[in-house]
Amino acid sequence: MSPEGILSMIALLIRDLRLAVRAGGGFGLGLAFFLIVVTLVPFGVGPQGDILARIAPGILWLGALLACLLSLDRIFALDFEDGSLDLLATAPIPLEGVVAMKAFAHWLTTGLPLVIAAPIFGILLHLPAAAQSWLVISLLLGTPALSVLGTFGAALTVGLKRGGLLLSLLVLPFYVPTLIFGAELIRRGAQGMATDVALLMLAGITAATVALIPFASAAAIRVNLR
Amino acid sequence: MSMLSVRNLAVSRGGLPVLENLSFEVEAGQALVLRGPNGIGKTTLLRTLAGLQPALAGNVSIPSESMAYAAHSDGLKSTLTVSENLKFWAAIYATDTIDPALESMNLRGLANRAAMSLSAGQKRRLGLARLLVTGRPVWVLDEPTVSLDTASVALFAQAVRGHLAQGGAALLATHIDLGLEEARVLDLAPFKARLPEEGGMLGAFDEAFL
Repeated sequence: MSPEGILSMIALLIRDLRLAVRAGGGFGLGLAFFLIVVTLVPFGVGPQGDILARIAPGILWLGALLACLLSLDRIFALDFEDGSLDLLATAPIPLEGVVAMKAFAHWLTTGLPLVIAAPIFGILLHLPAAAQSWLVISLLLGTPALSVLGTFGAALTVGLKRGGLLLSLLVLPFYVPTLIFGAELIRRGAQGMATDVALLMLAGITAATVALIPFASAAAIRVNLR
Repeated sequence: MSMLSVRNLAVSRGGLPVLENLSFEVEAGQALVLRGPNGIGKTTLLRTLAGLQPALAGNVSIPSESMAYAAHSDGLKSTLTVSENLKFWAAIYATDTIDPALESMNLRGLANRAAMSLSAGQKRRLGLARLLVTGRPVWVLDEPTVSLDTASVALFAQAVRGHLAQGGAALLATHIDLGLEEARVLDLAPFKARLPEEGGMLGAFDEAFL
């Protein structure tokens, strides 16, 4: 790709980040939601530290999944409503590039804050100290896949009114492999077991989705714009 | 030199053919105004030319990377300022400056206002200023003058004229008189697609279900 093309993609990324932090952009929403989910769990389960420590990996990953889902429907819907998606589709950057940049912007505003704040949430759930670093590694490797897979659901539902619920139903099954290996990685790390298989599977899923899903999402947008 | 040439084009909306056997050419320095009643397929035609939907038949030839499309909606981000909106599109089209566009659409005084605080006409002017920053020679415009007052329409006509003078071309769908006397007018009514019962072509069958 030409240097101009890369500069254009960076301009799109900067615009999306800027929109996210301006009024109504929803930055921090996912993080606040994650905090609420994680603090509610001890109220529901009870204060036994050993039980909390055992379910912590699963709860933390479920929280991350739901927090990510919260802002997915905005990825393309807002651009569709104000007409900029039409204009971006006719602009000189490839639609696949638009999708990749929007997924990246979504990850920077939703996934990355979770990765950074996760150790604090781990403490709230009595996660053993040995597992804290695995929690961060697991979220760092896994959450990009959530954002990229989310663009596919968002692209499929882009023209629909109230597409948000349908989007959740479409996207959550795709999140299953990431959830399994992400939580497994933390669990194995906490117990001091071998982590390579879970680590490699998690990284492999993320690498594959990042490489392939933008093409599928772009194709879905093209169909929806007709 | 022909900037945009259309041969025997047929376009469909929602799986039903709306226009057929349409042929025209737009040369450098020319403007073509599309006329026709509501629902004749002006927007559908322009979206097809912009590559947003496939043609039913015929072909469109246009040099690659030469078209700038402006739809009904301006694609503005309400929380960004006027100049941030324009700078974004300038970066997307890899052009350097937004000053001439601000100047010619009389937006200089509004440059630091958020787009949400603009009036409908001011938003439209910003949408048209976006065309100027694309630096593309072929403008394809859908109802460019909606919500503009007479002074702004004159401003717009002047911008189109300046664009044509620089060797550009423009294809406009509009109902009102722009004061562009030199523009050719193409009435789309004779190209209305016949119904299949009358021997017209069938639309793409599966498209009606998408």
